[in-house]
Amino acid sequence: MQANAATADATELKKKGRQEVETVTIRFCGDSGDGMQLTGSEFTRASAIAGNDLQTFPDYPAEIRAPAGTLPGVSGFQIQFSQSPVYTPGDQPDVLVAMNPAALKTNLGDLPSGGMLLVNTGAFTEPNLLKAGYKTNPLTDGSLSNYRVHEVDISKLTALSLEGSGLSTKEVSRAKNMFALGLMLWMYNRPTEPTLRFLRTKFATKAEIAAGNEKALRAGYNFGETTELFAHTYEVKQAAITPGKYRNVSGNEALAIGFLAASKLSGLHGFLGSYPITPASDILHELSRHKNFDFITFQAEDEIAAVNAAIGASFGGRLGITTSSGPGVALKQEAIGLAVMTELPVIICNIQRGGPSTGLPTKTEQADLLQAIYGRNGECPVPVIAAASPSDCFEVAIEAARMAVRYMTPVFLLSDGYIANGQEPWRIPDVQALKPIQINFRTDPRNFFVYDRDPVTLARAWVKPGTPGLEHRIGGLEKDFLTGAVSYDPANHEKMVRIRAEKVARIAQDYPPLKIHGNPEGETLVVGWGSTYGAITQAVTELRQRGRSVSSVHLRYLNPLHSELGALLKRFKRVVVPELNLGQLLKLLRATYLVDAQGINKVQGKPFKVSELVARISELH
Amino acid sequence: MNIVADKKPQLTRKDFQSDQEVRWCPGCGDYSILAQVQKVMPELNVPRENVVFISGIGCSSRFPYYMNTYGFHSIHGRAPAIATGLKTARPDLQVWVVTGDGDALSIGGNHFIHTLRKNVDVKILLFNNRIYGLTKGQYSPTSEFGKKTKSTPYGSIDAPFNPLHLGLGAGATFVARSIDVEPQHLQMVLHRMAEHKGSAFVEIFQNCNVFNDGAYFNITEKPVKDDMQLRLEHGKPLIFGKAKNRGIRLKGFTMEAVTIGEDGVTEKDILVWDEKAEPSLSFLVAELTPPNFPAPIGVFRAVDRPVHHELEVAQRAAMKKTRGEGDLEKLLNSGDTWQVR
Repeated sequence: MQANAATADATELKKKGRQEVETVTIRFCGDSGDGMQLTGSEFTRASAIAGNDLQTFPDYPAEIRAPAGTLPGVSGFQIQFSQSPVYTPGDQPDVLVAMNPAALKTNLGDLPSGGMLLVNTGAFTEPNLLKAGYKTNPLTDGSLSNYRVHEVDISKLTALSLEGSGLSTKEVSRAKNMFALGLMLWMYNRPTEPTLRFLRTKFATKAEIAAGNEKALRAGYNFGETTELFAHTYEVKQAAITPGKYRNVSGNEALAIGFLAASKLSGLHGFLGSYPITPASDILHELSRHKNFDFITFQAEDEIAAVNAAIGASFGGRLGITTSSGPGVALKQEAIGLAVMTELPVIICNIQRGGPSTGLPTKTEQADLLQAIYGRNGECPVPVIAAASPSDCFEVAIEAARMAVRYMTPVFLLSDGYIANGQEPWRIPDVQALKPIQINFRTDPRNFFVYDRDPVTLARAWVKPGTPGLEHRIGGLEKDFLTGAVSYDPANHEKMVRIRAEKVARIAQDYPPLKIHGNPEGETLVVGWGSTYGAITQAVTELRQRGRSVSSVHLRYLNPLHSELGALLKRFKRVVVPELNLGQLLKLLRATYLVDAQGINKVQGKPFKVSELVARISELH
Repeated sequence: MNIVADKKPQLTRKDFQSDQEVRWCPGCGDYSILAQVQKVMPELNVPRENVVFISGIGCSSRFPYYMNTYGFHSIHGRAPAIATGLKTARPDLQVWVVTGDGDALSIGGNHFIHTLRKNVDVKILLFNNRIYGLTKGQYSPTSEFGKKTKSTPYGSIDAPFNPLHLGLGAGATFVARSIDVEPQHLQMVLHRMAEHKGSAFVEIFQNCNVFNDGAYFNITEKPVKDDMQLRLEHGKPLIFGKAKNRGIRLKGFTMEAVTIGEDGVTEKDILVWDEKAEPSLSFLVAELTPPNFPAPIGVFRAVDRPVHHELEVAQRAAMKKTRGEGDLEKLLNSGDTWQVR
């Protein structure tokens, strides 16, 4: 199918109109060497600066560089931007930008009929079609007739724009993503300046590459303006969002910044012990950059050493943190038990991915909840909190730190691949308004008993080595409930097991009231946790707009559960629990509250679509 | 960051004894090691509150409970990792690790080598009794080939580790060996370890009189010890034997035991010990094993290399200098920001 503006004449072109749209979802996809992540994040930056609310989701292959042009090598980036509140990166794209046949093949299924398809025809060569498994060329065999197809030879146009630039063929080929970006920036009336600024910084030492990319970007932008392919541009107006200063942030970035903030707020020097693992490594990278913050990062020899080094740092009076994903957390569990036994504060971040075993390293899942709550030997209670969105990671990081030092306990912080790599605009918090984290190291040697407890929190005192007169020994063997001496006394063991459980249970006394989205009673209550927050909120909003009696509640605290939750569940006829697992929170709710809750479960390495939730909640409703 | 006290503390051996009853089997070599450590500690001039003993799991790992310092009895094999975290976070502390052949070389092998590789300033005491004691008598990674134990009733089919080789291969800057029943020698080694900047590792031959009694009798017993112990002393020839007439001579890439005064051998032919020489020489000497050779004890290697925590501190200081003290407000507001009104 040919472009629908092919007949427009030159005078009409100059008057290309703007069509206003409320919400748009674009997916950029191409070979993993095509720079789609960069294209997507630059489009995001421009959209944020244009004042839209937005959410993004990158979807990239596990292979660093799968053979070029093949299906496993396809990398994608989706953004939903709107003039209304946005909770998800969008169910399906309105616009699909496909840089090669493999990208078209793997992504076309998500494009709804009538959707806009921008194709780089230059990549639709015989060998590339073959690699993607196309027997005939989809551009000519009529199979794309249900879509609004725009064929642009991006490869060739980029090369033409860079003639005489002195760049190698490879460098020129690499710049074609900037051409595509330029074209899309033009189409949605986004500014090019932020990207140009970015290019100049990124290639500060390679001026000719910066200039080449800039040229390609401008060429793409100008192409849109002068070609006859497009009838008009689109405009997504500024969203009505809370006033303030904003920036974009990914979940992993927000976690790292949150830990730096927690370190400042507590006056404790931070210590991250970590071992590289997808999708958690970016937290290690980010924190390693900020050495001027009195924050130590330690890349350990393995996952076990990473958590143990963090425990050692906490024993020394620092804020010990370790970051990982499911397989790494499995290795850390014995040490987490040690932190429970020795009652030392340490934060364990699990950026969940598809499991079991190595599973789907680059895909998202919520299947490590029970691992966090129950995955250790013995009665071994650990509080668990989970982030709801990329920007929420900042607050959750601070809260995990506050909880860990107040209750002298390891704390599990759950995020996932979807939050970790997704980006959203974040209203930058006022540093002065952040509540300090109270730390009281014990220094008084009088009446000192290692396991003497605070009557409110049941926390033992934190004593730093180096404090005279308070020399003591801790360890993994069961301890006397007061002196901390090794004890095999049966009654003492039960007392200690119960007191460790009670201490963690008491954390719930600090929780803020539950926030209910919708009415506090009615037909259906949707209960969610973690990264499904956005999709659930959007789905429930839509159902409510249709007059359904549906409410939702999001649980940041998974262990201990909120003390108001039991009563809330009973105020609804039906409780529905959507999760990206086979029903882990569901089990907890059913067991804890004897409620006949029903699960909506998906384990495809992908987040819920809003439409999916709307349909499945409706079925149960 | 000065570990050593300015004023001489009036501490004695008793000050380092905790109130806990020592519960090793009567006759265990650990008693002697504990006594030597408690004897040496006051002489190191480090305030008691700045000393931390960290252990893993095993008989030897009960050690911290008996020291009236800060202590951490952790989990199997992980003591070096905990110690690394602690020392990096708190360079002002003197951190000791107490471990055994199973704890350090089997389940904790990875942490052991990486701690040495990184030259983390911790002092590792490895009690090598060549057996699993706490679990009641299985073969360990240092048990001899063919060793019959509960888990190897027909003899071990595994070659043992030489802990010194492992330490040297990992790039340790200080490697030594001593013996539980040689108190003076052990004290000397402990002093040297405390003085050393960076990782210091000692293998201590230790007798488990319940599950592997006599593992070192061919080296430690009175009638044989002079002939079967080779004392390494920096700058001195490798001479041993009751009559002080036996020596170690380097012959190509191997060592040979020779008698001074026989076959034209003079003292000048004997290898003069150099603990700062190429590690390959230490490796060769560490190879010497009874019955054909005496067992070398002493300091195999002591060299200077930048210390982990010093590099870490320096890197942060340098970043502070170029970027200024970390400013949260600035960090939050970095990158592209925009104002919504």
